[in-house]
Amino acid sequence: MNELAPLTRVYPVLATAPPQQSVRPPRTAGFRLPFRLAWRQLRHEPARLAAALSGVVFATLLIFMQIGFKNALFDSAVLVQNSLRADLFLMHRTTEALWRSASFPRARLAQALALPEVERVTPLYVANLPWKNPETGLNRTLLLFGVDPTARLLGFHGLDDAAWDAITRPDTILFDERGKPEFGPIRSLLAQGSFFGELNRKRVEVVGTFGLGATFSSESNAIASETTFWRIASGRNPAQVDVGAIMLKPGADVAAAKRALQALLPDDVIVFSRPELAQFERNYWAKVAPIGFIFGLGVAIGLVVGCVIVYQILFSDISRHLGEYATLKAMGYTNGYLARVVMSAALVLAVLGFIPGLVLSLGLYEIASAKIFIPLHMTIPRALFVFALIFAMCVVSGLIAIRKLRDADPADMFR
Amino acid sequence: MNAVEIRGLSHRYGTGPTALTVLHDLDLVIPAGEIVLLTGPSGSGKTTLLTLIGALRAVQAGSCRVLGTELAKADERTRVALRRRIGFIFQHHNLLGFLTARENVAMALELDPDLDEKERLARAEAMLHAVGLADKVDAYPAMLSGGQRQRVAIARALVHEPGLILADEPTAALDSKTGHETMALLQKLAKERGRTVFIVTHDPRIHDIADRIVAMEDGQLVQPATH
Ligand SMILES: Nc1ncnc2c1ncn2[C@@H]1O[C@H](COP(=O)(O)OP(=O)(O)OP(=O)(O)O)[C@@H](O)[C@H]1O
Ligand SMILES: [Mg+2]
Repeated sequence: MNELAPLTRVYPVLATAPPQQSVRPPRTAGFRLPFRLAWRQLRHEPARLAAALSGVVFATLLIFMQIGFKNALFDSAVLVQNSLRADLFLMHRTTEALWRSASFPRARLAQALALPEVERVTPLYVANLPWKNPETGLNRTLLLFGVDPTARLLGFHGLDDAAWDAITRPDTILFDERGKPEFGPIRSLLAQGSFFGELNRKRVEVVGTFGLGATFSSESNAIASETTFWRIASGRNPAQVDVGAIMLKPGADVAAAKRALQALLPDDVIVFSRPELAQFERNYWAKVAPIGFIFGLGVAIGLVVGCVIVYQILFSDISRHLGEYATLKAMGYTNGYLARVVMSAALVLAVLGFIPGLVLSLGLYEIASAKIFIPLHMTIPRALFVFALIFAMCVVSGLIAIRKLRDADPADMFR
Repeated sequence: MNAVEIRGLSHRYGTGPTALTVLHDLDLVIPAGEIVLLTGPSGSGKTTLLTLIGALRAVQAGSCRVLGTELAKADERTRVALRRRIGFIFQHHNLLGFLTARENVAMALELDPDLDEKERLARAEAMLHAVGLADKVDAYPAMLSGGQRQRVAIARALVHEPGLILADEPTAALDSKTGHETMALLQKLAKERGRTVFIVTHDPRIHDIADRIVAMEDGQLVQPATH
């Protein structure tokens, strides 16, 4: 503290620093001090801070919900595809998605058998049909799968040998116990043994359950043997199938077999591997159906709204404190230092707004899963991704607001 | 050694036919350790001269050496570096409202990478003691009187041991008694520490604190009235 001790320097001792010091460029401090300054400034006005944070919370919430629904849609859309136990699949060229497939001649499957790598083939039929709730009598559409019970093509939860054996009897079906409750209390009805219901105004016996759950394309599902399917979905031509499943011999090269099949078969069908089948369905929801676009738009709107709010707060903070910023510049603070102050404020807003936004989103995810039966999952990559978006949003807002710093002219402090 | 050496300094605002020349071929030398007061009618160019010395404006013509740094053709980096070695006292205190008195004073030290937080706060506190505000170190500017705020500003302008202190109408916002007290305090501290001070003022009541008074008229220094 020598330098402060009064009277040790006798006038006119030179207080002038040696000239060579004058050429030393201003050293820049790190991020710590600018950050602290930003935090002290934000903290000084809690009401304004709360207003700014609520904007970030809103944006976080909106983005989490949009991404959550979008991914739930994609996950549920490929639930069926992912549980098909086959190596290659045939679909009609004009098929857009499984639930609205165009059928192709069953003969294509027989043709596929000509390829030596192919071990066996089995067709899959799908139809959207009205199910009459046994309690309320109200009709609701479900997705009925028609498949050879001995082929074991579907790998849905709970499909054991007993279940498959049960539907070998005519006019019996397996019912999705994870479907929406509007289809009736299937499980408790089954507790007293098999029961009769009405599917597409045909009498069917429900002999068992499986677990698939509501998807964006169907609210519940059922499985029947091929013959039962043709009887219920009257009007469907047995010679026209929706999906052809192809099982290859063990050790066969899937990619090579796919190419060979595509060359072998006429152009009305396309050959898919299993990942391609899932991707195909995803693409439908992302591109063909406007749903993917709508969710993307929702994310964009959340970001824009958040940007505007954060920018407004940062900009008005700079404007209201322009005198202080100019004073700091007069004292030798650089534009870069003050820019770091603004960016620190943006960072604080991003972090402090994201955390409550994340907590609220977790709550909304719970509610969505419980009330509308669309499972929304919070994953760490998703949380990090949304934080990255929010962070980028605050950085962009900060960068725009920083331009206002140029208006802080230290010479204006003297008039 | 001179803290300020000005030779043939001219300055004008604007360009073309509307250009207004406010400083005309001006010479001024301020030896280190001297307290110099600049007076003159409104619009004579006093503030312009002060902002040029303070490296807050680019020098257009002539030479302006401050603390050994030539400001003619100096780039922004050089000017920012020089400003760190100057203490500014503004007409309004210009303290940061969200910082306490001590934190405000410490702001003048935060640009020195060789100091740690403890040292900064200790020096800021010692400086506040020196300006008689030992009991106000944790007060926010809003809780202080005008005179107290200006004393915090003086502490901030002195704490980093600047080679030069620049003040523009530092008493304008104060009543005459407080104004004189504040300037007497500045004079005492500056003399104790051997600081050079350059004050622009209209206030004749503070003429007694100066070693030398310079007068300005229409952008030119006129024969100074000796003290
Ligand atoms: N930024 C500027 N742009 C244009 N003209 C300016 C600017 N600043 C000052 N002037 C003009 O330059 C002249 C000198 O101004 P300056 O502020 O230096 O005077 P001053 O002596 O400090 O006056 P006062 O005693 O009223 O503060 C005035 O005519 C003023 O209008
Ligand atoms: Mg002036």
